[in-house]
Order: sequence, then C-alpha cells, then structure tokens
Amino acid sequence: MFTNGLRRGMPIALGYFPVAFSFGVLCVNSHMPLGMATLISVTNFTSSGQFAGLNLMIAQASYFEVALTLLMINARYFLMSLSLSQKIDEHMNTLERMIVSFCISDETFALASLEVQPVTFRWMSGFLLGPFLGWSLGALAGELVVGLLPAAIQGAMGIALYGMFIAIIIPASKHALPVAFVVLMASLSHIFLTYIPLFHFMSAGFKLIFATLIASLVGAKIFPREVSDDE
Amino acid sequence: MSRYQLTVVAIMAIFTYLPRFIPLTFYRKKITSPYLLSVLYYLPYAVLGALTFPGILNATPHMWESLFGGLACLFCAYREKGLVFVAIMGIVVSYITYLVLTII
Repeated sequence: MFTNGLRRGMPIALGYFPVAFSFGVLCVNSHMPLGMATLISVTNFTSSGQFAGLNLMIAQASYFEVALTLLMINARYFLMSLSLSQKIDEHMNTLERMIVSFCISDETFALASLEVQPVTFRWMSGFLLGPFLGWSLGALAGELVVGLLPAAIQGAMGIALYGMFIAIIIPASKHALPVAFVVLMASLSHIFLTYIPLFHFMSAGFKLIFATLIASLVGAKIFPREVSDDE
Repeated sequence: MSRYQLTVVAIMAIFTYLPRFIPLTFYRKKITSPYLLSVLYYLPYAVLGALTFPGILNATPHMWESLFGGLACLFCAYREKGLVFVAIMGIVVSYITYLVLTII
C-alpha cells in the first residue's frame, strides 16, 4: 500500500520541485534571510498562500491582513478536506487525520480523490511523502543554487505543474462527456473571473473557489451520477 | 530572521492548516445525498480545470513560451502519455520556444 501510494505521488513531487524552486529563488531575490523559503515551505506546504504571504511580509503587512488573506486563499481547502473525509478509510484515527490533512493541496486532493478504493493511512503516507519532499527540497535547492541554473531553464520549468494538470483532465474529458463539461465550465468561469475587471475585488483564492463550485454544482445538476457501491 | 518575519510565517501556517484540518478530522459521517455525491465527484476535475486556465499562460516568463509549452502538453495528454512525460515535454517545448524567440 505504501509503495503504491509513493508511486502515485511521484508525478506531483516532480511537478512541485520546480515550483518550490522558483519560490526559493524569489525569496532570496527579495532579500529574505537564507532558510526562510525552506521554513515557509515546510510549515505551510501550499503554493498560492506562500507566494501571497511572502509578498505581504515584504510589504510589512499587519498580522491581521496576513491572517485574512491566507484564510481567503485557503478556504478552498475546507471544501477539499470535507470531500476527502468521504474518501478516506473510516478507521483512520484522529492523529492520522491530523497528519494527512496537513498535506491536502489542490494536486494531492485531486489525485487522492481519483483513487478507486477508499484511501488508507498507509497509502496516504506513501502518497504524500513525495510531494512534501519535492516541495521542501525544491525550496531549499532554490535558495542554495540561485544563479547556478540558467534563468531560461528555471523559467521553462514553470510549465511542469500545469503539464501534470493537463495530463489528468484531458484523458478524463476524452472518456467522459460530463467530466469534459465540468472541466470546460470551470476553466471558462475562471478565465472570465480573472480577466473581467468587474471581478477585481475578489481575491485569487476566492475566484478559484467560485469557478470550481459553479462548475461542479451545475455539472452535478445536469449529469447526476448514479450512486453505486464502487464509488 | 526577525521576530516579525517569524510571526508572519506562524500565522501563515496556522491559517493554511485550519481549513485543511477541521473537516477531515471532525466530520465522520457519510454523505448520502446523490446530488452532493455528484458534486464531490466532479470537484477535483473542476479544481484542476480552473487551476490550469488561465494560469498556464503565466507559467513561464514569456507568454509564447507558456503557450507552446501548454499546447505540447495538451497534445501529449490527448495521446494519453503519462503525467511525467507530459510535464517534461512541456518543459522541453517551452525551452525550445524561448531559444527560438531569442534568435529571432
């Protein structure tokens, strides 16, 4: 179970490394003390929240502002955590749940949800280990080797995480029309929310929640799934 | 590291962990509503779709680089290559695009 989980988590780990790497580079270029990028990555393990938090720190924002911004950006985790509570093995105890919930991210949530079986703590430990290490070591490497890697390659590596997302949604959409509908609707809603100036008042995290919710609520209305035992 | 910086990191960590931790740890019932179950089934696909678009255009420093890298990913994903292969092809094509752009 553990190794099976580990294998499933590998693509995420590979995708996280360059993103965390660029976070490390950004921290050093923003004159943060050495070790800051790694400390943030190990304690936060999130992407958008960390980038936003770093900007607030540079701007010397108030503690209240930091708390509020992070809460807004991370509100989507509440939904994912609720969804995962249905997916995990019901015998998981409180401590195990506390550990697993620390590593919920957009990507780990998406892949864990797509598992056919209920996920056990052992599977989850293997599955989450890679992404956590990829994220932490990526930030550390970014801090330490800024300048060693040509900027052009660093830049190109930014596409990796998106490549992973695409590798999940495109084949799934190809095989199931309802999934294609949901993916398209979420993408279009998010594009509208991002580019129409009317919505500039919304935080990035809130736009993501909104687009996601609309697409899954409407998708479930039009294409309700038959409840079966294998779900 | 200053006291201010460390406090900010702690606040960030707390407000990232709380929304992850509360439902998974305290909600132990099974959801039975077919509608809600359908919503939860579609949720991960919706998240990934919204995360990818339009964010992918800013994935690399240049829009063209992101665009061609992204198209390469779409093509490989449509041909159902694995996750890692798709990601690596994206990096390679983005980098080639960058090289071509600097030559022009």
